[in-house]
Amino acid sequence: MKHVWLAAGLWACSGGHGEGRSAGSNQESASGAPASPRQGQTLTIKGSDTMVILAQRWAEAFMAANPGTSVQVSGGGSGTGIAALMNGTTDLATSSRPMRDRERQELRRTRNVDAVETAVALDALAVYVHTSNSLPALTLEQLKAIYRGRIRNFREVGGPDRPIVLYSRENNSGTYAYFKEHVLGEEDFAPETQTLPGTSAVVNAVARDPNGIGYGGIAYAEGIRSVPLLGADGQPVEATLQNATSRRYPLARHLYIYSPGTPEGLARRFLDFVVSPAGQNVVEGVGYYPLAPSTGQATGSGHAAGSPAPESDVPTTTNVPLGEQLRGS
Amino acid sequence: MTRTARDRALAAATGLCVALVLGMLLVVVGEIVRHGWPQLSWAFLTDQPTADMTGGGIFPAIYGTVALTLLMTVAVVPMGVATAVWLHEYAGRSSRLAAVVRAAVHNLAGVPSIVFGLFGLGFFVLFLGGSIDDLVYGDPTRPVWGKPGVLWAALTLAVLTLPVVIVTTEEALRAVPRDLREAALGLGATRLQTVVRVVLPNARAGILTGLILAVSRGAGEVAPILFTGAANFLPYLPSDLRDMFMHLGYHVFVLATQSPNVEAARPALYGTVLVLLVLTLSLNVAAVWLRSRYRAALRS
Amino acid sequence: MTPVNETGDAAAAGAPDPAVPPRDHDESEAADVPRRKSRRLADSFRTPWTHRLVERAVAAVAWTAIVAIAFIFVFVAREAIPLLYERHEDGSFRLVDLFAPRQWPGYDAPVYVWQPVGTPEKFNVVPLFVGTLKVTVLAMLLSVPLGVGCAMYVSQYASRRVREIVKPVIELLASLPSVVLGFFALIVLASSMQAVFGFRFRLNATVAAVALSLAIVPVVFTVTEDALSSVPRSLHEAAIALGARKYQTTLRVVIPAALPGIAAAIILGFGRAIGETMIVLMASGNAATLAPFDPTTSVRTVTATIAAELGEVARGEPHWRVLFLLGLMLFALTFLLNLAGGLIVRRLHRRLTASAT
Repeated sequence: MKHVWLAAGLWACSGGHGEGRSAGSNQESASGAPASPRQGQTLTIKGSDTMVILAQRWAEAFMAANPGTSVQVSGGGSGTGIAALMNGTTDLATSSRPMRDRERQELRRTRNVDAVETAVALDALAVYVHTSNSLPALTLEQLKAIYRGRIRNFREVGGPDRPIVLYSRENNSGTYAYFKEHVLGEEDFAPETQTLPGTSAVVNAVARDPNGIGYGGIAYAEGIRSVPLLGADGQPVEATLQNATSRRYPLARHLYIYSPGTPEGLARRFLDFVVSPAGQNVVEGVGYYPLAPSTGQATGSGHAAGSPAPESDVPTTTNVPLGEQLRGS
Repeated sequence: MTRTARDRALAAATGLCVALVLGMLLVVVGEIVRHGWPQLSWAFLTDQPTADMTGGGIFPAIYGTVALTLLMTVAVVPMGVATAVWLHEYAGRSSRLAAVVRAAVHNLAGVPSIVFGLFGLGFFVLFLGGSIDDLVYGDPTRPVWGKPGVLWAALTLAVLTLPVVIVTTEEALRAVPRDLREAALGLGATRLQTVVRVVLPNARAGILTGLILAVSRGAGEVAPILFTGAANFLPYLPSDLRDMFMHLGYHVFVLATQSPNVEAARPALYGTVLVLLVLTLSLNVAAVWLRSRYRAALRS
Repeated sequence: MTPVNETGDAAAAGAPDPAVPPRDHDESEAADVPRRKSRRLADSFRTPWTHRLVERAVAAVAWTAIVAIAFIFVFVAREAIPLLYERHEDGSFRLVDLFAPRQWPGYDAPVYVWQPVGTPEKFNVVPLFVGTLKVTVLAMLLSVPLGVGCAMYVSQYASRRVREIVKPVIELLASLPSVVLGFFALIVLASSMQAVFGFRFRLNATVAAVALSLAIVPVVFTVTEDALSSVPRSLHEAAIALGARKYQTTLRVVIPAALPGIAAAIILGFGRAIGETMIVLMASGNAATLAPFDPTTSVRTVTATIAAELGEVARGEPHWRVLFLLGLMLFALTFLLNLAGGLIVRRLHRRLTASAT
C-alpha cells in the first residue's frame, strides 16, 4: 500500500482501463493487464472541467480523422487529472493551471517520469455579473477587495446600490487556483463565498442573482454580463479574443495538456492534432481562443525524453501564466 | 375552549401535519413529473448522451445503475439472508452474539452514506484493490484493481444495504409458522434441510421484499459511489468489473451542477430525475404491496 | 407467481402434521424445547458433515455486520490517524489548527478558517461542524413537529383505512433518493423561497434544511408512530373510563408513556440529518461561514466538504487525512447517536410490554 500514494481520479472520472493505458507509454510491461482489443488504440484524457467540452470536441474530431482509435474524456477538475496522471489512471491530463512544483516532484517519485507540458489553447477568465448590473468596470485590486470581503456593495466600485453575493468555484478546480493566485494573491476568499461545483453552476447562479458576482471561462458566459477589467493603461478591457491575444486583458491564461514523459504513439498523434490548424479550429468553436499561430506550430514537438518543464524551447510551454506575462509587459 | 373544541383542534393540528407532508411529497413528485414527462421517449431511454449530455438519451446511466445494483444484489442477498437465517433459526433466544449482531445491523443502518464512500475507497479500492495489484502485478504506478470501478462500488453498496436485507428477511422468517419447521424436523429432516427446503421457500416473498428494498436504496444512493466508481461520462458501456460506470443518481448530480450549460441541460435533467424517481418509487411500492400481502397472510 | 398464497397453503397443510408435539406449552417454551430435542436426535443420526459445514459457514457470515462496522472504523481511521504523528516537514500543518483559531498572515485577528487549498493550507474544522449543526438543527425544528404530528394523527385519529394509506405513503418519502431532494431544492425550492422570503443568498441553510426535513420526517414519523402504537390499549381504556377526552388521553397518557420513543425518534432523525450528503451538497451554497445563529447564510457541512473535496486530493497529504478524519468524527458521532436511540427504543418496548401484562 505504500506504493499507491495518490488517489485515483476519484471525483468523477471515466474508466482508465488497466488494459487501455498503453497508448503514449514506453513502459508497457509484459506483466500488465490482460490484453484487450482496445489495447494501443485507446487514449484516456482526464482533468479540468473548464476543458471538458474542448477535449471532447478534440476527441471527436480526432477519432473521426483516425478510425479505429478511441479517446475517452472526463472532467473532475485540473487537480483530479493531475492526480490521475500520477496514479497512472490516465494517459493525458488536461489542466487549466500550470502543474505545481510539488506535483511534478510527486510524479517523478511515483512514476519516475517528468511531466511534459503542452499549451493547447488560450482562455480569458471573465468576471460575471447579472445582466441588470450596470457596473462599468473593475480593477484587479477592486476585484480582490470584493472577493476578500472588504467591499460589500457594488456602489463602492461605481455600480448600482446592491449588496454583493460572491460565487466561486469549488476548490478542486484550476480556475479556483488561478483566481486565488492571480487575483487574490494567495489570500483567502471571504468565508461567505459560495462555492459551486462547476463553472456553469456559477454562471447559472449569477444569471439568477441580481446581487451576484462570479468568475469563469469566457466560453461559459451566457445569460450573464461579463465585466470589463481595467488594463495596465487604465482603460476598460473586454474579455475578447483580440484583447486576450493582444495581451491587454489581464486575466488571460493558457490551458494545458500534460503527459507523463515525452508523448508517444497515440498520445503524440493526439497532441500533434490538437495544436494543428484543424485542432485549433475546434478551439474557436467551443469559445476559447487558439494559440497564437507562431507558437502553435512548435508545440508538442522537440521535447527531449524526460526533460522537465521545457520552458526554454517553446514559448507556449512556459510555466509563467499568461496573465502574469501580460501584466509584466 | 371547550373540551370538544380542544379535541377538534388537536385532530386538526395533527391532520395538518399529515396534509403538509403529503402536500410536499405531491409538490416534489408533481413538479418532476410535470417537467420530466415530456422528455421521456424510447430514444431518451435507449440512446447515448450527445451534445455535452444536454441531448440524446441516458442509456449508459440506466445500464450502469442496473449493472451496479445487480452486482450489489449478488453480493448482499446471500450475506443478508444467511445472517438473518442464523439470527432467527440458529442463534438461541439468549445468544449474546445475536444481540451484538442485531446491534451492529442497527448501527450499520445509521452510518452516513458518505462514510460508506470513505470506507469503500479506503478498504475496497485502496486496501483490497491495492493489495491485489501488489501481489499480482507489482507495478504500483499502473493500478489494475486499485482504482475505482463498478465492482468496488457494488460491494460498498452491498455493505450499505445489508441491514435492509437482514431486517426484512428476519421479519419474513418470523412469519413462517413454527409448525412447518417442527413438521419437517419431525419427518427426520436435518435443520439445514428444514431451512433450505421448508423455511426459505415459505419466506420467499419476504426475501424478495428485502431484495427490492435493497435495490431501490442502492439505485438511489450517490454519496457512496462518488469515490468508488461513478463516472460523469463514459463513451462505452462498462463490460468489466474494473470499469467505471455512469449512474442515474450521479447523472442527476452532474447535470444539475456541472453540466456545461445548465439551462440547456434542464430537460435532460428532469427526464433523468423522473426515470430515477419512477425506478425507486415503483420498487418501493412493489415492496410495500408484497409486504402487506404476506403480513395479511400471516395475520389470517 | 403467488408466493404469499403458497405460504398460507403450506401453513395450512403443515399444521395437522402428527409429528408436531402438542402445543399447550407456554409460547416461549414451545419455541425452544422441541427444536433442541429434534436437533439432538438429528445430530446423532443423520446430520451429514456437509450440512454442518454449511451451518458453520452461515454462522460465520452472521459476523459480517459486526466486521463491517469494525472495518468501517479501521479503514477510515487508517487514512486519518497518521495525521496525529506524521511529521510535516514545512511545519505548515499543526494539529491544534484543526480546532483552535489562528491568526494567519493577512488577517487582523485569530480566525476559524477552512481554506484547504492555497498557501498556507488552513484546515479549521469548526466552521464545518457549525454548518452541519446549523442545518441539522433547522431541519429538526421543522421535521420533529411534523413527524410527531403525523405520528399522532396516524396512531390516534386516523381511521384504519386512512392509516393504511397514509402510513406507507409517508414511509415512501424515505425512499426518495437524496439526490432527487437535492435537485428539487437546488432547482425549484431555492428560487421560490428566495422570492418569498427575500434571502440574500439563494442557496442557504434554510433551503437545505427544508429539503433535509423531507428526508428526516419519515424517520421521526416511523419511530414515533411505532412508540405511540405500542402504548398498551389498557392505558387508553383506563383513561377513557376515567372520563378523559381523546385529546386528554393522547396528550396526558399516550404521549408521556411514549416519550422515550419520541426522544429516540429525535436522536435517530438527528443522526440521519448530520450524515445526509447530497441534499446539503447541492442546496446549502457550501460557503464555510461562521455565523451559528443566522439561518439565512450559506453553510458548508462536514459531509458536503468530504464529497466535494476528496476527489481531487492526493493520497497521504494532510488535506486527504483531514477529510478522512472528518469522516471518522462523523462516524463516531452517528454511531453514538444510533446506539443511544436504539437503546432507548428497546428499553421502551420492554417497559411497555411489561406494563401491558
